[in-house]
Amino acid sequence: MLSTLLEFALVLGVMTGLAVLMGKWLTRVFTGAHHALPERYTYRLLGIDPRETMGWARYGSALLLSNAAMMLLGYVILRLQAVMPINPLGLAAQTPDLAFNTAASFITNTNWQAYSGETSLSNFSQMAVITFLMCVGATSGVVAAAGFIRGLSRSSSGDIGNFWVDFTRTLYRVMLPLCVGMALVYVWQGMPQTFASQVLATTLEGAQQQLIVGAVASFESIKHIGTNGGGFFSMNAAHPFENPTPLTNALHILSMLLIPSALTYTFGSMLLQRRQGWVFFGTFLVMFIGFLALVYGAEQNGNPLLTQAGANQSLSLEQSGGNMEGKELRFGIADSSLFIATTTAATTGSVNTMHDSLTPMGGFVPLAQMMLNCVFGGDGVGFINLIQYALLTVFLVGMMIGRSPEFLGKKIEAREMKLVMLSVLAHPISILGFTALAALWPDTLASLNNLGPHGFSEVLYAYTSGTANNGSAFAGLNANTPFFNTTIGLAMLIGRFFTLLPMLAVAGSLAMKKTVPAGAGTIPTATPLFMLLVVFVVLVVGGLTFLPALALGPLVEQLQLLSGQTYN
Amino acid sequence: MTTQSIFKGLLRPVLVSAVFFMLLTGFAYPAFTTVTAQLMFPFQARGSLIERDGLVMGSALIGQHFTRPEYFHGRPSMTLGADPQDPSKSVSQPYNAGSSGASNLGPTSQKLLDQVAARVHAYRQDNGLAADAQVPVDAVTASASGLDPHISLANARLQLPRVARLRQIPEAELLQLVDQHTRARTFGLLGEPRVNVLQLNLALDARLPSRQPPIAASE
Repeated sequence: MLSTLLEFALVLGVMTGLAVLMGKWLTRVFTGAHHALPERYTYRLLGIDPRETMGWARYGSALLLSNAAMMLLGYVILRLQAVMPINPLGLAAQTPDLAFNTAASFITNTNWQAYSGETSLSNFSQMAVITFLMCVGATSGVVAAAGFIRGLSRSSSGDIGNFWVDFTRTLYRVMLPLCVGMALVYVWQGMPQTFASQVLATTLEGAQQQLIVGAVASFESIKHIGTNGGGFFSMNAAHPFENPTPLTNALHILSMLLIPSALTYTFGSMLLQRRQGWVFFGTFLVMFIGFLALVYGAEQNGNPLLTQAGANQSLSLEQSGGNMEGKELRFGIADSSLFIATTTAATTGSVNTMHDSLTPMGGFVPLAQMMLNCVFGGDGVGFINLIQYALLTVFLVGMMIGRSPEFLGKKIEAREMKLVMLSVLAHPISILGFTALAALWPDTLASLNNLGPHGFSEVLYAYTSGTANNGSAFAGLNANTPFFNTTIGLAMLIGRFFTLLPMLAVAGSLAMKKTVPAGAGTIPTATPLFMLLVVFVVLVVGGLTFLPALALGPLVEQLQLLSGQTYN
Repeated sequence: MTTQSIFKGLLRPVLVSAVFFMLLTGFAYPAFTTVTAQLMFPFQARGSLIERDGLVMGSALIGQHFTRPEYFHGRPSMTLGADPQDPSKSVSQPYNAGSSGASNLGPTSQKLLDQVAARVHAYRQDNGLAADAQVPVDAVTASASGLDPHISLANARLQLPRVARLRQIPEAELLQLVDQHTRARTFGLLGEPRVNVLQLNLALDARLPSRQPPIAASE
């Protein structure tokens, strides 16, 4: 127990230190005047002028169109997989609906996988489609945050930077160097990194074992640094080749939190409002610790029905105990819980535990974090989501005391609030609308792996994960059907771009406004009080929106578990 | 700003960036990492393969299916494999590293509870435990990957008398061997104490080769 608390404290402490270092580095990347040589060559190749400044509409269009082109390229390669090189296992092409789902999933930084990696993707596709889209999808998110923060920092000016410069710099100076370095550490710890596709072994008892290998380490590093989350293998970061040791597990967790937490610091530095940055960091952290405590408690307590069946789930020096169904022994309950809280907070979606087998309250945590979608959040978008809630908070508080709301010295008016509400509402409409549709769809029952409230949770989880661009799953659900592939694919696109684009518009609109000096009626936003207000608004808005759906899933399941109700 | 000026000159960078960044991040990045990793850590980069008499016996990181009583047994595994009779169907094939998998059964699933009850019963019989003895949870629940190479210390201690008896090793001596293959928490904090089943069984064989000949793969 003590070692668990120390472990959590250690990881969160290291995360805070790294947030400062990384935050400083990102500030230099976003604001530096100098273009490095490879960057200048890239600009020439792309045919762009690095001195051009863009308004939000042009910046957003460049992001949207380049993402569309990359998604299309990925789609085409997946459809042509059978005739592409480096396919020694002779795997067939993905079907149109599955390829659409996969390409949408990886460009939106969701990394939902309706396929299983070992049996459906050649090593060519793992590199040319998956690794590629993971790199550019994550970079796009960070770039959106760069434009967004710049918009907040400007006054009386319509420009929020140059998309191509931000993209190239983020990729060259942040993503690629970090990923190569981390991949080598991962290989040292035991992850394969090879051009071979498989090794055939003869086990001690004489059976044949087919070991699937490939460029796993380079895949894992961008997967976590980029808060992507798709697995090389079907069982993702639970697979010993994707996550061989407790150390790689901790590095995965720190990688996921690295950029989302650092952006609060970057924001503070770029606006010269360090305190404000720390207030946002604190907002993230308070919610994270609450959810972590909830999932750890639930999983360590275990499943009372397993105890009745004769399993010993108590914690002792010789075993970690707890609900070990769908968990790996080297991680036990503590490392699994930390991973669950992190992967759904930072909307990565990689899993080292099968979420479908979590206890009801354990499964409540990933669902709730994805519904709120701003407990750290994914690379770039998490920060943008938090600002959206901060704007909502100043608006609500302004209403209560009868003052016109201000944020960072800018007046918040009808146009900004409309855009914020569009973004706030798109999220639940996509989650609840699609879940309702699936609940009525006649073939849904055939896709479920569990019945009763847990079956409903499987569907709710799928659309929440898609919309929040998380990508983790209650994986018992067979989502590889035309209906699920199409609707979850749409949910991912809605969740990504109906948040990013309205919020870029907000940034563009704020950038044009004059800064007004703080007056007596201005609510100070760089205070612990404001931090708690934001947490309160996030929880109230999230609770009012999603509690009815949660009541039908994990909450009723918990009550039934306690009364011993089971389902065939 | 007019619509025209928003999109002006975007076509070329949009198209070129898609192809160029695919080549850079999809090929150059993994290829560079692979070459460097193969030079620096050739053993790990190839999958931490264990060889005995020139034959690949498996990977140190991937669990194997142990059924014989003179070996320590790993955790239950829910991986599937193609049915030899009808390749279009899947059947249970524990520790199939070609297709990792879990049960994905929820906590109120009767199927899960039946499986656990059956495993508890079998574990008590295999290890000569009392009919109401509590069994370590890792021994009767399926792992996430289906390839978990480890068991808990509690699980290893309960299997120890059986293996010691069948291999005619004093229990104290076998306990030492188990301890040698036990890993503590990293830095005293990360992960859980654990026993690597494959490496322990390899060490058992090295000490006293199993008298039964290996079963041929075709059987």
